[in-house]
Amino acid sequence: MSPPASIPPAAAPAAQVELRGIERVFKLGDSEVHALRQIDLQISAGEYMAVMGPSGSGKSTLLNVLGLLDAPNAGHYRLEGRDVTTLSPDEQAKVRSQRIGFVFQTFHLVPRLTAAQNIELPMVLSGLDPAERRQRVQRALAEFGLTPRASHRPGELSGGQRQRVAIARATVMGPALMLADEPTGNLDRATGDDVINLLETLNRERGVTLVMVTHDARLGERARRRLLLEDGAIREDRIQPGAYAPAVADRA
Amino acid sequence: MRTRDVLFFARDAALGNPLRTSLLMLAMSIGVAAVVVLTALGDGARRYVLDQFLAIGSNVVIVLPGRSQTGGFSPANAITSTTRDLSIEDAQALQRARGVRRVTPLIVGLSEVNVGGRLREAMVVGTSAEYGAMRKMELAQGRFLSEGDWTRGAPEVVLGATLRRELFGAEPAVGQLVRVGDRRLRVTGVLAARGEGLGVNADEVAFVPVATALAMFNTSSLFRVLIEAHSRDAVPAVKDEALRVIAARHDGEADVTVITQDAVLGTFDRVLGALTLAVAGIAAISLAVAGILVMNVMLVSVTQRTGEIGLLKALGATATTIRQAFLAEAVMLSLAGALLGYALGHAGALAIRLLYPGFPAFPPAWAVAAALFTAVLTGAVFGVMPARRAAALDAVAALARH
Repeated sequence: MSPPASIPPAAAPAAQVELRGIERVFKLGDSEVHALRQIDLQISAGEYMAVMGPSGSGKSTLLNVLGLLDAPNAGHYRLEGRDVTTLSPDEQAKVRSQRIGFVFQTFHLVPRLTAAQNIELPMVLSGLDPAERRQRVQRALAEFGLTPRASHRPGELSGGQRQRVAIARATVMGPALMLADEPTGNLDRATGDDVINLLETLNRERGVTLVMVTHDARLGERARRRLLLEDGAIREDRIQPGAYAPAVADRA
Repeated sequence: MRTRDVLFFARDAALGNPLRTSLLMLAMSIGVAAVVVLTALGDGARRYVLDQFLAIGSNVVIVLPGRSQTGGFSPANAITSTTRDLSIEDAQALQRARGVRRVTPLIVGLSEVNVGGRLREAMVVGTSAEYGAMRKMELAQGRFLSEGDWTRGAPEVVLGATLRRELFGAEPAVGQLVRVGDRRLRVTGVLAARGEGLGVNADEVAFVPVATALAMFNTSSLFRVLIEAHSRDAVPAVKDEALRVIAARHDGEADVTVITQDAVLGTFDRVLGALTLAVAGIAAISLAVAGILVMNVMLVSVTQRTGEIGLLKALGATATTIRQAFLAEAVMLSLAGALLGYALGHAGALAIRLLYPGFPAFPPAWAVAAALFTAVLTGAVFGVMPARRAAALDAVAALARH
């Protein structure tokens, strides 16, 4: 939980995320589907990027590749200067555990575990000391306004509360990169806005890099950087005027 | 992931689906309970027989007419044709052999027993006063057969408790005359009720002097001669001595079979031990079936929890962690089922002991240990495949299945 507190300086070091020539091909029977084609992408620490595009354009695949859940067929992925495509599965799991946080459209909470236990889960999996875990869970519960719901199971929570639990879970290991796949897709507009605010606050105040897949143009407008995918390729990579994005602005 | 956390996670996963968990535990517990109860029966039978033999006295040597190839106990021994009789005189000669404390002749037959029109077919045992001492006969009334010359049959009879009740009802029996076969004998004693003993119920037997029985059944050969050695250590010497004495009396040919208690015991012990093993083996099949059920249930569980497995991977769980969690769950369920079965099995054995107080139906420790061990082992072995499948799931596909 020690993310860079301040905005990266103008003379930014190497990008946090660096994709070069990423290809992802799925075989469906005899035909091959190019989910990602020659993706070159750099994301700096602390950026806020919306990934948009029609369905089937490769948004989710890109997110999965960024989250090390999916391996590209070609190309290189450097995360924080380290080539993670060649890591062993266990090393990749460790990177996921410590550097990456996931937020899903369907929340993916474990139904039999309470809110507190769901938040604790990544720390349990990484073998963190139980005392430290309790402390962090309490802090996260308080931070996300979930303390009164700590011992409720997901079934007893509203959609917004569930997504807050999921976000708390994604942040509890102090990741540098937060990947959100349609985080508001299952929420009504007001609740969805709350969740987005929460994610943006994390990005703004803790400097967590936020990559969010959405097909809601309204949400896409809020991000400082917008990536438009079409047919597996980057169609447009735009920095919103007025929003700061120092490292990328320099590059562009 | 810490071991403690793996266990807690597996426990929560198991408790998260109570029906699945309880069914699996039930299957496993039935397997273990079957092993416990069946081995309790098998081993109970073994102990029961041993106890019965020990009740006769552990240093008894049995002489029977005719030579048998084996020292064991077989039906052939009972019907072997004999070249020479085993006579009362032979038995008397054995009394004088070294290391011998007591000898008693034995002849057995069926005869009608009749009192004032009440007729019963009963087993009649011709023997001597020593028999009462050797078999530790307890009398309810009167005395056992009188001591004295075996060749002079006194007109006496000792009745078993059941036989007395059937013949005399509530009236006193001692001193009364009873017709046994073609003889009128006076009742000198009634045995205390004793119950079943190796298939012969002493409560339904009439004991008469050996010479009386020989005359009654019109034979000159004894059925058995029981020799009690001074001590258990003297048994082998007494056995040799008995063969020597008989050979000396039968023109140098020892045409008798001498069985020691140990040999009979050993045979029964082996037979019933094998029986216990066999039933344990049969019961173990149900454990194997339970193991297959563990695999099935865990495979279903992996399918049902595909989304959860994908999530665990996204949260940074390694394949090892996922494998451990699922394997721990399988083993935990098996262990819980095994312990439940252990309790059920002991309850079953207790129920048998309560129903049949004379039957020592205690499951042997080896069987209980083997059942528990096998249960947990099957759980582990059959849990490996589902656990591996869970660990091998593709994270992206798994997450999509929620």
